[in-house]
Amino acid sequence: MSAPDPNSARPRPRTIVEKIWDEHVVVPGTDGAPDVLGIDLHLVHEVTSPQAFDGLRERGLRVRRPGQTVATVDHSIPTTDRSLPIVDEIAARQVSRLEENCREFGIPLHGIGSPHQGIVHVIGPELGLTQPGMTIVCGDSHTATHGAFGALAFGIGTTEVEHVLATQTLLQRPPKTFEVRVDGTLHPGVTAKDIILSLLSRIGVGGGTGHVFEYRGSAIRSLGMEGRMTICNMSIEGGARAGLIAPDDTTFEYVAGRPHAPQGAAWDAAVEGWRRLPTDEDATFDRSISFDAGDLTPMVTWGTNPGMGFPITSRVPDPSSVADASQRDSLRAALEYMALNPGEPILGRPIDVVFVGSCTNSRISDLREAARMLRGRRVADGVRMMVVPGSSEVKRQAEAEGLAEAFRAAGAEWREAGCSMCIAMNGDQLEPGQYSVSTSNRNFEGRQGKGGRTFLASPLTAVASAVTGRLADPRALL
Amino acid sequence: MSTATQAREPFSSVTSAVVPLPRNDVDTDQIIPARFLKTVNRAGLGDQLFNDWRYLADGTPNPEFVLNQPPMAGRAILLAGDNFGCGSSREHAPWALMAWGIRAVISSSFADIFRNNALKNGLLPIVVAPDVLSRLFALVQAAPDAELTVDLEAQELRLPDGSTIGFEVDAFARRMILDGTDELGYLLSLEDRIAAYEAEHPPRVSTIPA
Repeated sequence: MSAPDPNSARPRPRTIVEKIWDEHVVVPGTDGAPDVLGIDLHLVHEVTSPQAFDGLRERGLRVRRPGQTVATVDHSIPTTDRSLPIVDEIAARQVSRLEENCREFGIPLHGIGSPHQGIVHVIGPELGLTQPGMTIVCGDSHTATHGAFGALAFGIGTTEVEHVLATQTLLQRPPKTFEVRVDGTLHPGVTAKDIILSLLSRIGVGGGTGHVFEYRGSAIRSLGMEGRMTICNMSIEGGARAGLIAPDDTTFEYVAGRPHAPQGAAWDAAVEGWRRLPTDEDATFDRSISFDAGDLTPMVTWGTNPGMGFPITSRVPDPSSVADASQRDSLRAALEYMALNPGEPILGRPIDVVFVGSCTNSRISDLREAARMLRGRRVADGVRMMVVPGSSEVKRQAEAEGLAEAFRAAGAEWREAGCSMCIAMNGDQLEPGQYSVSTSNRNFEGRQGKGGRTFLASPLTAVASAVTGRLADPRALL
Repeated sequence: MSTATQAREPFSSVTSAVVPLPRNDVDTDQIIPARFLKTVNRAGLGDQLFNDWRYLADGTPNPEFVLNQPPMAGRAILLAGDNFGCGSSREHAPWALMAWGIRAVISSSFADIFRNNALKNGLLPIVVAPDVLSRLFALVQAAPDAELTVDLEAQELRLPDGSTIGFEVDAFARRMILDGTDELGYLLSLEDRIAAYEAEHPPRVSTIPA
């Protein structure tokens, strides 16, 4: 290496992803090996961890950093009365296995009955564990949620869960970067959920594969943390393992004072570091897309993946107008599964179930919006509406604010915290052939129950549909 | 990599007729529906592979679905449409495919997490160009029992007419699969480096209640 030239000392402009990556390289990749990346926070739940703990036992290994690991139960637990035992024996065994594993390996667990139990991607931010600049992983593809704080957060498989438990590192190759710029102002009745559904409809379900999204622009900046989480949450639905938003004062205000947030002088030092995270002005992205929030209307999916969405005022697409044969086949299969006809309007389609919940849209601001629209109205006859708070903390807060009472008074079910009908592992599920409007993140075939059909939408669209009994435009009910 | 541990049988190539699944965006909820993820084991997922396409409402096999067609039994190569394995991070997806007997999936692209999970289990995600994928589907339609060879050592597909198609694969994962070693052994061998990093980078947060 030659001596540094003082005139060229200006460092290479970097994106926030590159800055976080560079900070976390434990061992640079050599001889064809990937980088070894240090992990700041590892979130664990009952479904994707038991085989990883077994792997540790087989090799006689310990959890390297229990203090950077935290567990909760969310996927397979019932959202009914928590004082009763879990009826499903297989789910009960999975939950008790997590309890045993956490005890044996010294990992803090927010289990059933804990005041902090909840969906793993809701409790991390709530507890102040999720902070800017961190690397965060979890055996769950919606880990990108934490990217809302300017963290590099991504889902991993169970083998990688074992790697992190054992070494607090992962073998990773740097991702490509994908700028998603959304400027302008959202109209009333149009929300963060509509921004992300619109992005997915533009790039498709595999459009971001190999990339990390960085969401930027004035429309993103003006969102609160919970709206930002909704957007980052669904990055994986565009194929991107992670998606993030540079931290700003909105971020710092949200984190400040939370149980695990830095305090006093440590807080000031942390914020100073976090202010250096945003992407440098001259940094470049591998890909970019931009659109204007002012052009958006409420979105809904019509098909069987989250990229198959459109403005709710649209008509069902016609496969015969698609040139590419394999895309035509996909469209045809999706319409057949959804039992929709080409050319028919989606508005007014009768529905059976409305689900407000999931790591996408189950936070207090989601519930406030939903309750506000529901007040003075009733869930339509023949429609089942379930409201499932994202965490026990959200549940308490919603009850204290009178939201729970508003849901019940309107005829909706108010349930305990968990993943519930987003993934339909716990008995909360659609019957074959039923249609749901769901604030969750996936409309794959059978995702909400075998044979069930899902329309993904915002909480406002979900409530408007619940009271109408049909897919409805929330702008008419504002 | 002296500390790398033997994780599985070394693997270098597979020759088999193929299971054609000409659908794009096959998601992990189709590969293995979520309700089967309540298991605490890795084994036994082969029966649920593609469960909701494979079985009718009454639980009997759907004769229309490819896996239920008698010649498919024992085949080790799956030929699938674009963006295979999108959706969740469940490693149960490659576990289920391998439990059924699949050793390689050929597509024009794979979802990132699925590809990682597959490689860590020695299931080969082989990416070919879209026109090559179309050609392979056409070949299989014309000659359903035609055998392909996926050669990881040579990084090539061999067709029945003797022609070959090269493919790229992550060099590190390739070495691991050829040797039958796993990445955890490699990471554990870096203990000193990890400890040095940790000494310089105190934890940013503690999950243990104060």
